[in-house]
Amino acid sequence: MKKIISAKQAAGLIKSNSTVMIGGFLSCGAPDKIIDELVKENINNLTMICNDTSFENVDKGLMIKHGLVKKVITTHIGTNPVTLEKMHAGEVKVEFYPMGTLVEKIHAKGSGLGGVLTPTGIGTILEEGKNIVEIKGKKYIFEEPLGADFAIIYGTKVDRYGNVKFEGTTRNFNTSMATAADVVIVQADEIVDCINPDEVVIPGIFIDYIVDGGIK
Amino acid sequence: MNTVIQNLTKDDVKKIIAKRIAKEFKENDIVTFGIGLPTEAANYIDEKKHIIIQSENGILGLGKTQEGPNYNTKIVNAGGAYVEVNKGACFYDSQMAFTIMRGGHIDATVLGALQVDSEGSIASWQIPGKFVPGIGGSIDLIVGSKKVIVAMTHTSKNEPKIVKKCTLPLTAYKEVDMIVTERCVFMVSPEGLILTEINPLFSVEDIKNSTGADFKVSKYLKNMND
Repeated sequence: MKKIISAKQAAGLIKSNSTVMIGGFLSCGAPDKIIDELVKENINNLTMICNDTSFENVDKGLMIKHGLVKKVITTHIGTNPVTLEKMHAGEVKVEFYPMGTLVEKIHAKGSGLGGVLTPTGIGTILEEGKNIVEIKGKKYIFEEPLGADFAIIYGTKVDRYGNVKFEGTTRNFNTSMATAADVVIVQADEIVDCINPDEVVIPGIFIDYIVDGGIK
Repeated sequence: MNTVIQNLTKDDVKKIIAKRIAKEFKENDIVTFGIGLPTEAANYIDEKKHIIIQSENGILGLGKTQEGPNYNTKIVNAGGAYVEVNKGACFYDSQMAFTIMRGGHIDATVLGALQVDSEGSIASWQIPGKFVPGIGGSIDLIVGSKKVIVAMTHTSKNEPKIVKKCTLPLTAYKEVDMIVTERCVFMVSPEGLILTEINPLFSVEDIKNSTGADFKVSKYLKNMND
């Protein structure tokens, strides 16, 4: 059985200066309730790993807006003008990766691999300063695994064993992030007694804490 | 530049490009569209072809935009808009999305560009110092798709977007197969660009004057609207 805690308690677990993975593709599948508490508690100096920085006034965007984040490791910030402004002002450092590279770096960490070899970025400025490996005549960029102190993810239904089920396009980075952080907290729309094993997407062993998002 | 200005509205331009691209897909193709103009092509696809549209945030079988007011907020496209899915659709996570995209499982991808060059290299993700939104997922898609089609206006503020060598940072090196603009269609070959189709509103001379790269004219030059 997993510990069920409040969003406020979850925010209390996150330490300033730590590295935090946040799930969601824009706002879809983002753990917004926990983020609201991080903002209230002003947990700051964070390094945030996320697909994107969402929009200005929601979820991941709020963390940028309220100055919680010193560095963001991401794929795209074009939907959030505040991230662009803060990047240009030198207030937030931004490290970009192609989306497919970022997800595989996270997956490599979670699955105990030594890194990733990807053809994406060969022949572009993305290969500058990287190790290039040639295999059977084809060039690949080597990328190291990427983990975090905390992962804050979303699940549509989570059972008391930590098993997670999703609806629609809410899975995105949540599944990979669940495997790659020391402490994993999931915000559930609904906490249920037991999910049919056939329908479980993230095995419960990856989850440390469950937060009731109180949607249902 | 002696570009002939034809009175094409933005909508005309979109329509010409989208209609031409829609003809490019074969039955049962799995295709992906970039945001904006490329997505327009989806509106002209022949339903009988059973094209499956992929969305990089985790959908095969993307449908049309949801009509409100009761939106299902758990199904969005890569731009964050609430969408429907078609019969036979499926959802998956980002790792699977990029297995599909980078792994060579997409038949054709259509996307916009800031510049394309005669070698098929494409620049689409930043104008240094001005516009740096990040590279997102399109780069994996370009590298992994069997066919890469660029859909864009022929020029930007009368400056050619089709150039000898891209001057902006590349998104991908030598990956573009085909360029469709409101004026013409170019195929990218190992010997450079080949003009294969033309909009009859323009002459080959007009194309030469508005293109920043040399090209050959196909012996079988066709009307792109046919």
